[in-house]
Amino acid sequence: MSLPEGVQRREIDGDEGLATRGEPVYGEPTEDGWRRWDRSRSKLAVLLGRDVETGLNAESTVLYLGAASGTTVSHVADVAGPTYAVEFAPRPMRDLVGVAEARPNLFPLLKDARTPERYAHVVEPVDLIVQDVAIRGQGEVAVANKQFLRADGRLVLAIKARSEDVTRDPDEVFDDVLETIEAEYEIRYTDGLEPFHEDHLGVVAEPK
Amino acid sequence: MSEDNPTDQGWFAGVEPGDIDAGVTAIQEGSASTVQDWPARAVESGFAADESEYYERLHETTVAASRRAVTQREGADDQQLIHSIRALDDCQRLANELTERVAEWAGSRDSEATVDSEYIEKLAAREPTDPIDERLVSLASRIVGLRREVQEIRTLVEQTAQSVAPNLTAMAGPELTARLIALAGGLAELARKPAGTIQVLGAEDALFAHLRGGAPSPKHGVIFTHEYVRGTAPADRGSAARALSGKLAIAARIDHYSGEYRPEIEAELEERIERIRARDES
Repeated sequence: MSLPEGVQRREIDGDEGLATRGEPVYGEPTEDGWRRWDRSRSKLAVLLGRDVETGLNAESTVLYLGAASGTTVSHVADVAGPTYAVEFAPRPMRDLVGVAEARPNLFPLLKDARTPERYAHVVEPVDLIVQDVAIRGQGEVAVANKQFLRADGRLVLAIKARSEDVTRDPDEVFDDVLETIEAEYEIRYTDGLEPFHEDHLGVVAEPK
Repeated sequence: MSEDNPTDQGWFAGVEPGDIDAGVTAIQEGSASTVQDWPARAVESGFAADESEYYERLHETTVAASRRAVTQREGADDQQLIHSIRALDDCQRLANELTERVAEWAGSRDSEATVDSEYIEKLAAREPTDPIDERLVSLASRIVGLRREVQEIRTLVEQTAQSVAPNLTAMAGPELTARLIALAGGLAELARKPAGTIQVLGAEDALFAHLRGGAPSPKHGVIFTHEYVRGTAPADRGSAARALSGKLAIAARIDHYSGEYRPEIEAELEERIERIRARDES
């Protein structure tokens, strides 16, 4: 499977890796208008680098849950269509607002991903949900936000074991979260995100 | 459009195009029970001529709403208190590190040099005699400046803590109050924590070592700096820490939910600590 349009493998600063076209955000290396999409800073980049079909493309409408300072969502907005970025904490949102200003298709929302009705009056039906929330109840968040996903859409999720329970074995935590998600989704792909992100599981799922 | 009563309308319902303020309020406070094709609905209702104009307005409004929400949240006094106490710690740490460096450097040239603020002050006031001396004197005067800044920030912390959390401040003092609020992430967050959590705030490493098995449970976190804990015999410190954190939890809840100062909790705590300390003598 090939990379989405707008994402390329390019050599920048002597290293080959993924890149998108847009305004630089976090001091990443750039060349000819392309900027490095750093795998160690973005779980989505790890999946794309493995040629996992995420459903990200130039036409897709995206809901990004847990946008933080906007590192990954900035690349998503470089590639995709309308991109809604939900982040709960004020401090990273300050940076995210700066990232959004330079991207007319990126809409920042200071909201809690656990209460989707608080942004359902803004977010339209989307083709892709990217979820990277470091809170307990990641499975429930995916289920609660399914209402935004079109029937042929995709959920791309990075499960962080430590956010659920630091004392438990990560594999047990992953099983629990996946079980919750399976009530509403068909799981299409799961794999660890090592060595770039420890104790994280990458998941791609489709709505049932 | 209240949060208790979600409607089936988009954020733009009843908002004049171009009225950013109304749009911001709708995005911040609105809600909906169903997800709809809002761009199409907005064009139907005449809010925008076409979808690209809708997205333009959506962009402008969401950026403005998020910026305003950030300012409001960060302008909240407990958040300012958290920034202040962290800045205080940073200045203090920098001043200490520089003091050691300068004292060590000066000691290689001056046998009288000592690692204390008195010597630094003397050094800062000196007339430099050579290029190396010039750097030493300059560094010393920066340390003096940092220490002055520590005093200024401490005053600010005292004022802010007093107004943000009068009961906690009365019981724990402004610095410990600020540290507890910082560790919890805010006064509201602290008020929702059980006493047992407040007791070990700041001792997370020890707590998780204990939960993993093997290590003993921590008896106290940052509240160790309180005289009621530190000034109690080691064998009874766990009890003192439990009593103190129990009352701190109550104080945090009063501060968050009512904000009125209630001196009686402090008196109860005092009595309780006296009883704990009396165990040794009996």
